Amino acid sequence: MSETAEPFLRARGLTKSYRATMALRGVDIDVGAGEVVGLLGPNGAGKSTLTKLLCGLVRADSGTATIGGSPAGSTPARSRIGYLAELFRFPGWATAEEVLTTHQRLVHRPAADPAAERQALLSEVGLGHAAATRVEAMSKGMQQRLGLAQALIGGPSLLLLDEPTSALDPAGRHTVREVLARARDRGTAVLLNTHLLGEVELLADRVVLIDAGKVVAAGSVAELTAIHGVTIETDEGRVDHPDISRDKIPALVKKLIRDGRSIYAVEPHHSTLEDLYLELVGDRETQR
Amino acid sequence: MNDYRRGAEVARPNALSDVLVIARLALQEAVRRRVLTVVGILTLLSGGLYLVGCLSLKQNVGGILDTETIKPIVPATLLGLASFSTLFLGSVLSVFLTASAVRGDVDRGLVQPLVVRPVGRNAYLGGRALAAAVVSCSYVLIVSVFATIVTRLIFDNLPPSAWQVVPRLVVGVLVVTSLTMLVSCMLSTVATGISVLMAYGAGLIAGVLGQIGQSLNAHTLAHIAQVVSWLLPFEGMYRDALQKLSPSGPLGQLVQLGPLGGANSGGIGLWVFTAAYIVACGLLASWRFGKADL
Repeated sequence: MSETAEPFLRARGLTKSYRATMALRGVDIDVGAGEVVGLLGPNGAGKSTLTKLLCGLVRADSGTATIGGSPAGSTPARSRIGYLAELFRFPGWATAEEVLTTHQRLVHRPAADPAAERQALLSEVGLGHAAATRVEAMSKGMQQRLGLAQALIGGPSLLLLDEPTSALDPAGRHTVREVLARARDRGTAVLLNTHLLGEVELLADRVVLIDAGKVVAAGSVAELTAIHGVTIETDEGRVDHPDISRDKIPALVKKLIRDGRSIYAVEPHHSTLEDLYLELVGDRETQR
Repeated sequence: MNDYRRGAEVARPNALSDVLVIARLALQEAVRRRVLTVVGILTLLSGGLYLVGCLSLKQNVGGILDTETIKPIVPATLLGLASFSTLFLGSVLSVFLTASAVRGDVDRGLVQPLVVRPVGRNAYLGGRALAAAVVSCSYVLIVSVFATIVTRLIFDNLPPSAWQVVPRLVVGVLVVTSLTMLVSCMLSTVATGISVLMAYGAGLIAGVLGQIGQSLNAHTLAHIAQVVSWLLPFEGMYRDALQKLSPSGPLGQLVQLGPLGGANSGGIGLWVFTAAYIVACGLLASWRFGKADL
């Protein structure tokens, strides 16, 4: 996202409580056009609440959120989003084609050729062969693919996806990554709520890590997984320098050489999203 | 932009169109789940039973029925019984079609993909209510017209206001539908079904109590029945329908003493109140559903 461009999705200070439980405590988040933002966090962190709030299923206690300049949840905002809920269901009696037809009728952005749109979307998510298959005859993975096709109806400017790959096998996840990459290339903003860190590393331009209703880290994958610390093996053995940043490593090596050390190996500490996640969030399930 | 979207524009929101799409979805479900097929077959069976009953009555006690004193009572009594069963079955149909409309379907995750569309929550409610109303009101309309025609053909006699029963029963089931929609915004499917059907039963019992109260000159019982008739106006409509069937004069007392609630005229006030009641149910449901977190 460009530094100056207004983000397509902009949220500031969102709070939400369910009786005594604070689900969101002042969340700020931006998603620009053509940007994929991965929303990470443990169970109960507030990710689904945030996603629901942005598409109008849940009302915020305070804070503001706009989608394309319109208040989140308003009719103009809803007409520009595609949403896939974590727990959703389509009528079991309906075929894939009928599900998409119903949503086409409701989307207020009718395609010039609705039948072609349905076929193209089903093919895009790998269900080109299943247009006439009833939902109740589909596997969970097929239903999730259909859910993604439903979210793409009307060419939304913003995709809000809550665990879109939770029921998919590796091939299905690959398909979804390709679909989302194409959506990004078309200029669609994507907020991807997932537990799958590897997926976020492969796809997301930026990551927002949320815990206990607050954003605890945000930035590009490269920024968040930047090298931090190094292990240097010299004639005196291996020594860890955990606090040194990437740009300080050459100076450290020069100093060791000046001090007469023989350098056998320099191993920068490569951080991963998982490392960051565990460092900032840990295992909340066992901490409760 | 994809080829299939080329030339596509944002359409102006059309609430009526959205309501119809949701109603169509609900009706499609009723058809695919064979609800309408089962209802149709069982209605034919019960209609056949009514026909057989009327014919049998005519054959076996035809002589007595032909006396001028008894003649008006029989079709009135039969239509009173038919009215009770028609309203009851229409209400059961409406409750089963509507009980899961909001909370039940929200819990199952069926509603969320629809209401995040520009369609909005009010259109969703309207569509679901419209579908249930179309099915249950059509059922009541068809069955009550059928019963009236059969009674007329077999006994060659009808109470003078017999046709006025039909709109009262249709509005009665409309009240049940709107009440169920409202309750379904607050309670789960099973709880909604149970509470509305129990309220329905309470209304009928209150009608019986009222009739007992009138017979025994017990004002408290009569007053309770009157209050319940206004609280649950489907009961008021049913009692008003019975009033239309009751023969005038001393004979009318016999029909009014039937076991399924007493005849009582609601007058124009009942119609106005019932219309306001249905609107109030709709507004309350809209308010409740509108502020709910899904």
